[in-house]
Amino acid sequence: MSSAQRFFTVCSFAAVLSVAGASLAQDTIKVGVLHSLSGTMAISETTLKDTILMLVDQQNKKGGLLGKKLEAVVVDPASNWPLFAEKAAQLLEKDKVAVVFGCWTSVSRKSVLPVFEKDNGLLFYPVQYEGEESSKNVIYTGAAPNQQAIPAVDYLMKDVAVKRWVLEGTDYVYPRTTNKILEAYLKAKGVKAEDISINYTPFGHSDWQARVAAIKKFGSAGKKTAVVSTINGDANVPFYKELGNQRISAEDIPVVAFSVGEEELSGLDTKPLVGHLAAWNYFMSNSAPANKAFIDQWHAFIKKPKRTTNDPMEAHYIGFNLWVKAVEKARSTDVEKVLAALPGLEVPNLTGGTAKLLPNHHLTKPVYIGEVRADGQFDVVWKTSATVPGDAWSDYLPGSKDIEADWVTLKCGNYNTKTKTCSGQSYK
Amino acid sequence: MLGTKLQVGWLLLVVILRAAPALAQPPDEDVGAALSQLREASFVDKERIVERLSARGDPWVRPVLAAFLEDRLFVRQSDQHVFIVTSADESLASLQLIDPRSLAGAGSASRDDLTKIGTNNRLRKRLRALVARFDLASPSAAVRLAAVEEILRSLEAESLSLLRARSSVEPDAGVREQIEIGLGLAALDSGDSRARLDAIAALAHRLTPQVRNRLAGLLERTADGGFAEPDEQVRQAALRAVRAIDRWRSFYGLVETLFFGLSVGSVLVLVASGLAISFGVMGVINMAHGELMMLGAYTTYVMQLAMPNHIAASILLAIPAAFFVAGLIGVILERTIIRFLYGRPLETLLATFGVSLVLQQLVRSVFSANNRSVETPPWMSGTLQINGALSLTVNRLCIILFTLVVFAILLMVLKRTRLGLDIRAVAQNRSMAQAMGIRTNRVDAMTFGLGSGIAGIAGVALSQFTNVGPNLGQSYIIDSFMVVVFGGVGNLWGTLVGGLSMGVVGQLLEPYAGAVLAKIFVLVALIVFVQRWPRGLFPQTGRAAESQA
Repeated sequence: MSSAQRFFTVCSFAAVLSVAGASLAQDTIKVGVLHSLSGTMAISETTLKDTILMLVDQQNKKGGLLGKKLEAVVVDPASNWPLFAEKAAQLLEKDKVAVVFGCWTSVSRKSVLPVFEKDNGLLFYPVQYEGEESSKNVIYTGAAPNQQAIPAVDYLMKDVAVKRWVLEGTDYVYPRTTNKILEAYLKAKGVKAEDISINYTPFGHSDWQARVAAIKKFGSAGKKTAVVSTINGDANVPFYKELGNQRISAEDIPVVAFSVGEEELSGLDTKPLVGHLAAWNYFMSNSAPANKAFIDQWHAFIKKPKRTTNDPMEAHYIGFNLWVKAVEKARSTDVEKVLAALPGLEVPNLTGGTAKLLPNHHLTKPVYIGEVRADGQFDVVWKTSATVPGDAWSDYLPGSKDIEADWVTLKCGNYNTKTKTCSGQSYK
Repeated sequence: MLGTKLQVGWLLLVVILRAAPALAQPPDEDVGAALSQLREASFVDKERIVERLSARGDPWVRPVLAAFLEDRLFVRQSDQHVFIVTSADESLASLQLIDPRSLAGAGSASRDDLTKIGTNNRLRKRLRALVARFDLASPSAAVRLAAVEEILRSLEAESLSLLRARSSVEPDAGVREQIEIGLGLAALDSGDSRARLDAIAALAHRLTPQVRNRLAGLLERTADGGFAEPDEQVRQAALRAVRAIDRWRSFYGLVETLFFGLSVGSVLVLVASGLAISFGVMGVINMAHGELMMLGAYTTYVMQLAMPNHIAASILLAIPAAFFVAGLIGVILERTIIRFLYGRPLETLLATFGVSLVLQQLVRSVFSANNRSVETPPWMSGTLQINGALSLTVNRLCIILFTLVVFAILLMVLKRTRLGLDIRAVAQNRSMAQAMGIRTNRVDAMTFGLGSGIAGIAGVALSQFTNVGPNLGQSYIIDSFMVVVFGGVGNLWGTLVGGLSMGVVGQLLEPYAGAVLAKIFVLVALIVFVQRWPRGLFPQTGRAAESQA
């Protein structure tokens, strides 16, 4: 048999198999999973893929959905932003999935957005992000800036009496937009421009000594100073190490981070971080029974008793249950019907409360501020008294404060309340 | 002047002595109840309870506060009693209990039965200040010094009176000096302008930010338009003092930037000196050089896994181990790939680039794609306080010294050993060296192994500063080539001077241009430089070099 013949045999065999697979899959509902399983983001996103697999598995054990089994379709966009769009098109057009859970970075979300709008798909996006967006086809289960950044700054301002602010970020869209919102917010609260210092460093920055010395100098002006960190990825490790080296403790200059969670801490020496802060909508250390049960299920599924849980995992848990509930309510997996059923639905979160989906496709979430413990977990030192409704368009930016998103009555993601117009799906 | 000071001192001493009995006998309350309240109190209430406890003179107060500060105060679930534990180390299954009142051992309890009483930043800060008050009477001068420094961070009436009482009996000059600062700062609030002037004179040569900010505060205007400091003469003195302090602080700021530059430069020299051998001496463009550093860093990680209880020793042992591992891989690389490609730089570049990808993937398969955490030994973290304005980080001092030592050894090997002689001979004139009976093949392998081994050592150093992951090498390979080209190919001294000056220039630019722009400026300057002097800072001279060019 020549190699060409062998190739054709293998191909036809594979074709037979896939036809057989398709006929078997007739009565399943397909759930797309669009998370990077290789490349730089694999560290964070693989966990989310496993979370969805676990939730699908549990739902199937409960008897599936609408009498059908769920079937997860996993693709690997490999931390490559254009590939995200290709893989999204593959899931929607070829695999005809009913729903997609996926993306981590904002740039990957921006990349798949046109695909989901063109094919009228449904995406659940589980990560805290910069806001300034609301698509008909996306459900944002992570925090908007008013559910993470703004409460964290409020906490520092009121409870820690911080007067001087360093906004330190990695140089890309999420930190830049968040810092723009925070700067406007701080100025609205009467903080002078000379008391705000904004700085950006590239991805993977490792030589922090000059920056940390500058922060130390900025913080020695006699006013309480804090660092609001949107530093992303592994640049955090040398940053916190350098803070420890230059003897800046959390008691002098606390750092509140928006991208450092249990998963990120699990791989590093946490001693220099103790006392520094993080703001999230969920912490693994939460003692709610729902959380304890979730952690047990996770450990049983992943078969590693030391694995951590984190905020985006909770977002997927909420998102998945919302979708299941909406499908049951609509008695169909048709995207239009599910989208009509979704707003107003309420499902339990993992911290003992409930999450309600708002007409702007964002959730209500409690906000927690935690201090890093020596064991890499967080002690909650502050929380909001009630859940905070997610605001797609920030009220503190001049361009966006008149914009409103409402997919129930206005049927628009960016309705300008001043000019009374909807500028459609195009985002500035 | 001295008279008033003494008078004030005496007066205060009398006040303290009067107050002392009152301190020793706080309002009668059940201490046990106060302790057990800590269990469920909010952070604000905990702070209040701690304040009340600290006002007692009992011998158990300091140990309890210190334990609370160090996360060693626990509640036993079975009977809700509060205990101090000797160590809350995670590896311990059961914890040794100490009764907080009698400070006697109280048996042990399992970890599940104990709940830690938590603290937050604010409470920890408070506890630190309160413990420092007790530590003023410690027999160790170092502890007293730390206590005074802690108290100076936020001066309060009570701690101030303690400082005053201490200043008359303090035997240690260093501690007394710190106490003087505190008393001087307090004297700025005195009603007597003479006393304020004296205080400014005493504080004028202190460079700490507390002193500077306090003096600058005198010059500020209050809400009603007047000055915070009413006396014109005092204001003038304060202004002069602030200006002098600022001059010194900006001078020391420059020294600090130079230090940062030298430390960045040392890292550059370290990562480039291996390349100076393989590229500079042999002319091999080795794109896998960065991956050899990565292997060195992973060797450090493996050594730490092997001896988790001796971090410092593991790092010292990692140096020869990394040299050996990276050197061995280098020799294998040279024998199996590079020797077939001598004289064909483009093919060498492509082949070694391929090797670098293979090595990265190998590490991903063996260790996973995630970064590994390499611990820093305790003696390598922290700072060396030179004066109030300047402190140098110990790990950066270590890297500068380490680089100089490695560089010196490398220079010795090249200039003083048989291997070095062979290497130089082969580099200068291969066929003549061969004719003299030098086995050039073997020397090639040894030279490449030496360069690779130095890369491995650089990896050990890098593991202390940056993330140990499969991509570690990529972020340094470009820098290494830049240093070697800038310094002059084939000249070790050029690598040293080139690396250090690139580090210093980058750090001088960074505060003004930001990290990214500073790097771009350095790169552009380098391109211009190489256009004008294509053979670097220290070009090789002589007939051999001419014929090579």
